[in-house]
Amino acid sequence: MDVLDIARWQFGITTVYHFLFVPITIGLTLLIAILETLWLRTKSEHWLRLTKFFGKLFLINFAIGVVTGIVQEFQFGMNWSDYSRFVGDIFGAPLAVEGLLAFFLESTFLGLWIFGWDRLPRGLHAACMWLVHLGTLASSWFILAANSWMQHPVGYDYNPETGRAELTDFWAVMFNKVQLVTFPHVVLSAYMTAALFIVGISGWLFMQKKHEHDRELHRVGMRFGAIIAVIAAIGVTISGDFQGKIMTEVQPMKMAAAEGLYETADSCAPFSIFTLGSLDGTEERAALTVPCLLSFLGTGSTDGTVEGINDLREQYVAEYGSDPGATYYSPGDYTPVIPITYWTFRLMIGVGMAVVAGGLLLLWLTRRKANPRSRWIGRLAIALPIGAVAANSFGWIFTEMGRQPWVVFGLMTTEQGVSPGVSVFEAWVSVITLTLLYGVLAVVEMGLMIRAVKQGPDPFVEPPNPTLAGREDEDAPLTVAY
Amino acid sequence: MELTTVWFALIAVLWIGYFTLEGFDFGVGMLLPVLAKDDTERRVMINTIGPVWDGNEVWVLVAGGATFAAFPEWYATLFSGFYLPLLLILVGLIVRGLAFEYRHKRHEKSWAARWDLALIIGSFVPALLWGVAFANIVRGVPIDADKEFTGNLFTLLNPVGILGGLVTVGLFLTHGAMYVALKTDGDIRHRARALSVKLGIGTAVVAVAFMLWAQVHTGNAGSAVAFVLAALALVGGIAAAYVGREGWAFIGTFVTIALAVAGLFIGLFPDVMPSTTDVAYSLTTTNAAATDYTLTVMTWVAVIFTPIVLIYQGWTYWVFRKRISTHHIPTAELAA
Ligand code: HDD
Ligand code: HEM
Ligand code: HEM
Repeated sequence: MDVLDIARWQFGITTVYHFLFVPITIGLTLLIAILETLWLRTKSEHWLRLTKFFGKLFLINFAIGVVTGIVQEFQFGMNWSDYSRFVGDIFGAPLAVEGLLAFFLESTFLGLWIFGWDRLPRGLHAACMWLVHLGTLASSWFILAANSWMQHPVGYDYNPETGRAELTDFWAVMFNKVQLVTFPHVVLSAYMTAALFIVGISGWLFMQKKHEHDRELHRVGMRFGAIIAVIAAIGVTISGDFQGKIMTEVQPMKMAAAEGLYETADSCAPFSIFTLGSLDGTEERAALTVPCLLSFLGTGSTDGTVEGINDLREQYVAEYGSDPGATYYSPGDYTPVIPITYWTFRLMIGVGMAVVAGGLLLLWLTRRKANPRSRWIGRLAIALPIGAVAANSFGWIFTEMGRQPWVVFGLMTTEQGVSPGVSVFEAWVSVITLTLLYGVLAVVEMGLMIRAVKQGPDPFVEPPNPTLAGREDEDAPLTVAY
Repeated sequence: MELTTVWFALIAVLWIGYFTLEGFDFGVGMLLPVLAKDDTERRVMINTIGPVWDGNEVWVLVAGGATFAAFPEWYATLFSGFYLPLLLILVGLIVRGLAFEYRHKRHEKSWAARWDLALIIGSFVPALLWGVAFANIVRGVPIDADKEFTGNLFTLLNPVGILGGLVTVGLFLTHGAMYVALKTDGDIRHRARALSVKLGIGTAVVAVAFMLWAQVHTGNAGSAVAFVLAALALVGGIAAAYVGREGWAFIGTFVTIALAVAGLFIGLFPDVMPSTTDVAYSLTTTNAAATDYTLTVMTWVAVIFTPIVLIYQGWTYWVFRKRISTHHIPTAELAA
């Protein structure tokens, strides 16, 4: 493998890993803020116990989200220095602004939230979590603006003298039409994922004999999560539909690759649920298809035209010259790896929708009168967040690999972006170190998570009611300490 | 003033923010095995930085992001060139960041001991390597006509680089000890103060040697002023610690670090990464910079939001202003 392959593997591994934790962070900050606010409003101890319990699980997750994010920030310079030189003028700004606006907000107010139970008045304490959530939204906004620019570059000029893309309109980058559909899709799927995280854990505890005494609490938690998950899922579907249209417009090849559609379909292109045949979709043995759905997804009309890979390839060759992708993709030439785009697109939608259906099922099974007892309900519950996280990864792998061979669509190929000065040895050291480390961390994280879940929520303890001047009893032990 | 100069100064400010703030976090981490007698004291130390370490670390993320945006060529050359040291720094920051959150999650001796080790090493490695990296930036490294770094890890491990590493480790240890003296109470407070004086004297020797080298190598009148004041602040800080004025002592090392970093940047200007291959290949504030438009946008964002960040970060320190001592730590017996 050359530096390019290694760097790509590293980027894929570290980014997908980062994004296992990110949606849970984005969503849980909102849900915990809601739970804490419900407690302040209703004074019902259920809400406080859920706040603290999911707060504890959230922190285990957040810690890994933060430390893997640091790698992301420096990775562009390390492995993709030519990319950084080429796009820095445009791409650097959202990254810098993200740090200043989002990361400071998240980290500072989370510190206040964790240690502030006995230092801050109650309303202010809850406000801290709302601010952390605002931080995660700001973070998502700026990083997705950067990513959307890679999908659909706008607001720039190519300067042949400096050989780089230069920013001409910051607002065009911030309100890129791809960004406007990507942001809701990603944030809503984060809400859905975190809500299912609550459903999964509460649902599992709901079925445990050991936690029988808290059954009512877990029912409340599970239903709270399931309702939010279903609402978010509706939004995910709608925003995803918008995304499909924009994608067909700006990157028609990605839509063709999502279906493995080789020949242009003039109207009523079908969408296949699955296909058996040759891997690259050139040959088809059996398929289950929904008529006209692809046309609808791509154009909003059942008899819209969806261009096929073969036609698009010719267009791209005419427009961009000889095949930039051919060196590392065969059959290459402007075509992403079809089996991957085909299946990840289906798995994103399929697994995502399946877990929402699971959430609905649980909601029905645990309706007020029912008092079900089955280990299977617990198992079903715990599968839901895992499936949601997987759907997120499939979505990103589709989006990013569907863009290949471009790293910035139409401007720079992934191959051109890699650091010329980095040796194969250095690249190997880096990918092996990070992969091993991430592997160990996954085990540690899961271990802690499972332990904390099995322990269940702590018994009710009314937190102190401090003023900003501090506590009355300054010598008492801290309520929260590392 | 040129916007490129403004951004050079702002990036210096970001690094100053990073080294003065995470500097004491690193110091506290490295001093864990030295200052604390038992688990409770270790937890006292960790809790002095518990609520703030993550906010402190964000300074480096913003410094990195701002370098990317304002001087893309600098970002690209620096991070792809200093590849392996940077990887080690990242590994250090990863295990260290997790140690804070995970150490107390299981009450077992071996578990806590492992995370302590992560905290100590994860503080030491970045403290050392940031110094090595900065010394090498000032010293100059081989950079070719394509703005690519052409050396390797051993290019960076020259005497000046190593001296730079010792300086940051020494300064952060002293700064950390002063911070512990300021933020704790009881026995550990006195030990921290006594240690900070000894560490300070040792550090003063290497720090002065390094600043002399930097002044001779790239210095100008401005950097000379900064370095002299940095040295005076260090002496003042040590003296204040000696007579038991912990607040002033901490301000002393804070100012020392700030001025020493400022001196390095003033001496470096207008280069951002001098080339030892050929001065014509050096990266400068002009040939590494982004366009004026990008810098203007960024300036607006920085002017509006930096004060807000400073206010709420400052407020956090005020909220957690109370000293911590062993009786504040909720008891938790460690199982074997
Ligand atoms: C849609 C959202 C999203 C996406 C696509 C990414 N991240 Fe992320 N990132 C977050 C959403 C987020 C977050 C929700 O804001 C996190 C998760 C955990 C956390 O602390 O904040 C975070 C943390 C986080 C941190 C640590 C912040 C801290 O110390 O508090 C850094 C440096 C990055 N990210 C950088 C990146 C980069 C360079 C990415 C692109 C390759 C990236 N993230 C993808
Ligand atoms: C703003 C955020 C993001 C940016 C700037 C970004 C940038 C990039 C870049 C530069 C590459 C090229 C390297 C390569 O082809 O391997 C890439 C590929 C990739 N990215 Fe992203 N990415 C972002 C978000 C994400 C997220 C959140 C994920 C998933 C969790 C992701 C998953 C991937 C994957 C799987 C590849 C590999 C594609 C391939 O190997 O062909 N990306 N991305
Ligand atoms: C009917 C349901 C859905 C549709 C029609 C849909 C559509 C899409 C499309 C078209 C893209 C690619 C955008 C591009 O590359 O320009 C995408 C990406 C993505 N999807 Fe979905 N999606 C659906 C469900 C889901 C679910 C259930 C999840 C996760 C819980 C999810 C998570 C993602 C993520 C994380 C991305 C990558 C980021 C992005 O480009 O937005 N999607 N989706």
